[in-house]
Amino acid sequence: MAKEMPKTPLLDELESGPWPSFVTGLKRLAQSEDKPYASMMKDLLGQLEHSYETRKGYWKGGTVGVFGYGAGVIPRFSEVADKFPDSSEFHTLRIQPPAGMHYTTDLLRQMCDVWEKHGSGLIAFHGQSGDIMFQGTDTEHVQSAFDELNEMGFDLGGAGAGIRTSMSCVGSARCEQSCFDEQKALRTIINNTLDDMHRPSLPYKMKFKFSGCANDCVNATHRSDFATLGTWRDDIKIDQAEVKNYIAKNGRKWAIDQVVTLCPTNAVSLNDDDTLAIDNKSCVRCMHCINVMTKALSPGDDKGVTILIGGKRTLKIGDLMGTVVVPFMKLETDEDYERLLEIATNVIEFFAENALDHERTGEMIERIGLVNFLEGVGLPVDPNMVSHPRANSYVRMDGWDEEAAKWQARKGGAAAAAE
Amino acid sequence: MAELRHPTESGAPDPFPYMHPIMQKNYGKWAWHDRPRPGVLHHVAKSGDEIWTIKAGTQRQMDVYTIRKLCDIGDQFAEGRVRFTTRSNIEFMVSSADKVDALITKLEAEGFPVGGTGNSISMISHTQGWLHCDIPGTDASGVVKALMDELYHEFKHEEMPNRVKITTSCCQINCGGQGDIAINIQHTKPPTINHDLVANMCERPTVVARCPVAAIRPAIVNGKPSLEVDEKKCVCCGACFPPCPPMQINDPEHSKLAIWVGGKHSSTRSKPAFHKLVAAGLPNNAPRWPEVAEVVKQILAAYKADARPWERMNEWIDRIGWPRFFELTGLPFTKYHVDNWRGSRNSLNASAQVRF
Repeated sequence: MAKEMPKTPLLDELESGPWPSFVTGLKRLAQSEDKPYASMMKDLLGQLEHSYETRKGYWKGGTVGVFGYGAGVIPRFSEVADKFPDSSEFHTLRIQPPAGMHYTTDLLRQMCDVWEKHGSGLIAFHGQSGDIMFQGTDTEHVQSAFDELNEMGFDLGGAGAGIRTSMSCVGSARCEQSCFDEQKALRTIINNTLDDMHRPSLPYKMKFKFSGCANDCVNATHRSDFATLGTWRDDIKIDQAEVKNYIAKNGRKWAIDQVVTLCPTNAVSLNDDDTLAIDNKSCVRCMHCINVMTKALSPGDDKGVTILIGGKRTLKIGDLMGTVVVPFMKLETDEDYERLLEIATNVIEFFAENALDHERTGEMIERIGLVNFLEGVGLPVDPNMVSHPRANSYVRMDGWDEEAAKWQARKGGAAAAAE
Repeated sequence: MAELRHPTESGAPDPFPYMHPIMQKNYGKWAWHDRPRPGVLHHVAKSGDEIWTIKAGTQRQMDVYTIRKLCDIGDQFAEGRVRFTTRSNIEFMVSSADKVDALITKLEAEGFPVGGTGNSISMISHTQGWLHCDIPGTDASGVVKALMDELYHEFKHEEMPNRVKITTSCCQINCGGQGDIAINIQHTKPPTINHDLVANMCERPTVVARCPVAAIRPAIVNGKPSLEVDEKKCVCCGACFPPCPPMQINDPEHSKLAIWVGGKHSSTRSKPAFHKLVAAGLPNNAPRWPEVAEVVKQILAAYKADARPWERMNEWIDRIGWPRFFELTGLPFTKYHVDNWRGSRNSLNASAQVRF
């Protein structure tokens, strides 16, 4: 006889209302009597209802993995298994999605089939780090589920003190604002540093994220230790005929209020003939005017990336945004991508050797100072790295002449390269 | 024992085999886009090719029946290629404008709201909560579901001054991240320590080091090695709980919800910004958290009525000032809003600029 459905009066209240209900989904799985996961999902619902009643969580971690890997499975053992024995183990497999999160319906169906056979039938698209989360299986089925997914071309993601699964925006696949090949950059770094993802031994987690422009649709600036953001060095491209069309349609006040005055550096002005003038030397590539006039304005042709390091959330010293360590680099040729990988590898190595236990890159940099970090990874200082130069005099500066000479040499070198 | 299969460490898969053919063909060669209606994006490539994207909300934690239903819709009404956004919305791509309306009708009929584009309120970023996390103070899927029911109209329409990104987090680690509005657990009492278990379960020096205010020290309690907390110093952050589960921080009564506003990730117009505390002490009132929804709606109503086009939450507040924010939202301003943690001087008003 089939196991009874648990009574879930509190969860039932989450089945009303117009938004899709995860509770209805959990119940469908629990009522799939012909499937191996039905009883597991009944007890899962029972435990979740128990959490709603008591307002407490009842999962604890442990050690579960697959052959050859030291991370990527999130073990969950129930603390209330005596009441809910069939969901006493409810582990998650973190699986890396195709960069940019593209799927065919065939692929999604195959993933469903695997998880019906080896797991709970519950999949989250996606976790906050960008993993496909196959949620809920017992220790016995972790390996068999992984083996099938791995045969399909999919691999475990990150967890613990290592490199984590990465994310990139839709970017070049569908966005005219994209300034580099986001998925290629992601795969170049991540797929060459998998050892630090699959067998984590860094001081703490390390995240890479890739956004095609300053709109930063994958929240790289704050949510990654290493943010690669698209930008360009030459002028914004203007189609003045389209500018005139926008103004003819929306009015001059609209252009002034919604384009000109919202430029953060006052780099945009409206000409008497309803065309735009842009002071490209003052423009900070923030994307606002391009977002408003998508048909008239677009990024320049001399594209590349800015790299920011150190974004993280509160623990332990408070929130940090990533800050600029590479103001601009080209990302077009194979050599450019090799250089990107080299910078990433240098940062990982420096982090591995210098961070304290459970310290993120941003915290390490706050402790040792940005200059020590830059010298450690071999990147030159640049005024784009600061909001303003130092405001206190307590620093030893007897290396001044040497440092000024380095700046002059770099400026000279850049001038020579431009000729 | 059977021989173990050696894995293929293939890493992040190549997306091209799964990408819509028009996106493959025009990769890196797009010209411009517009939004014909809420929930629909229209991109035009330099080649002249066009693609329409229809965006729909999901529950993120999806059962295979829901996923297969989305696949059926994708096969019958779209072109078999989908992608997911960072906020768990699903996108269907089609090569002809003719297919858009029927696809929208079908999605809505099956219970998937179409929207989340432009100046709408998109799906709330989502953590694990009681369903799967080992340290949660509240649920995630339930909070998101309850709030999205309330914000359903704003998901489907583009009526806000600019996009609104809402996040939730079931502990102060804040996996949900920065948001225009962030709804996060805020513990209000120090951990309750089970001294019988500490010695066996916790690496004590690690736990001592984890505390941001150095409030934890080793102690012998009832003859056993344990840890004690200086409750005058403790900020109730819960950082000791993950490395030491016997230091229970979650409490049905004293783990409250706090609301923060003005977080922004993009460098668009203003620089990226952290969210700031505006309300706290809200009860962890499962299953629908009505007190939280009430405050969120108050904040959204004030923003919607008063902000100018393109102003994100933080940019609106930068213009009108915090006194006006608290006046317009009706929320109280307390001593807890004044930061006294690292770098707090940077958040004080060091000027004679005062708003009346």
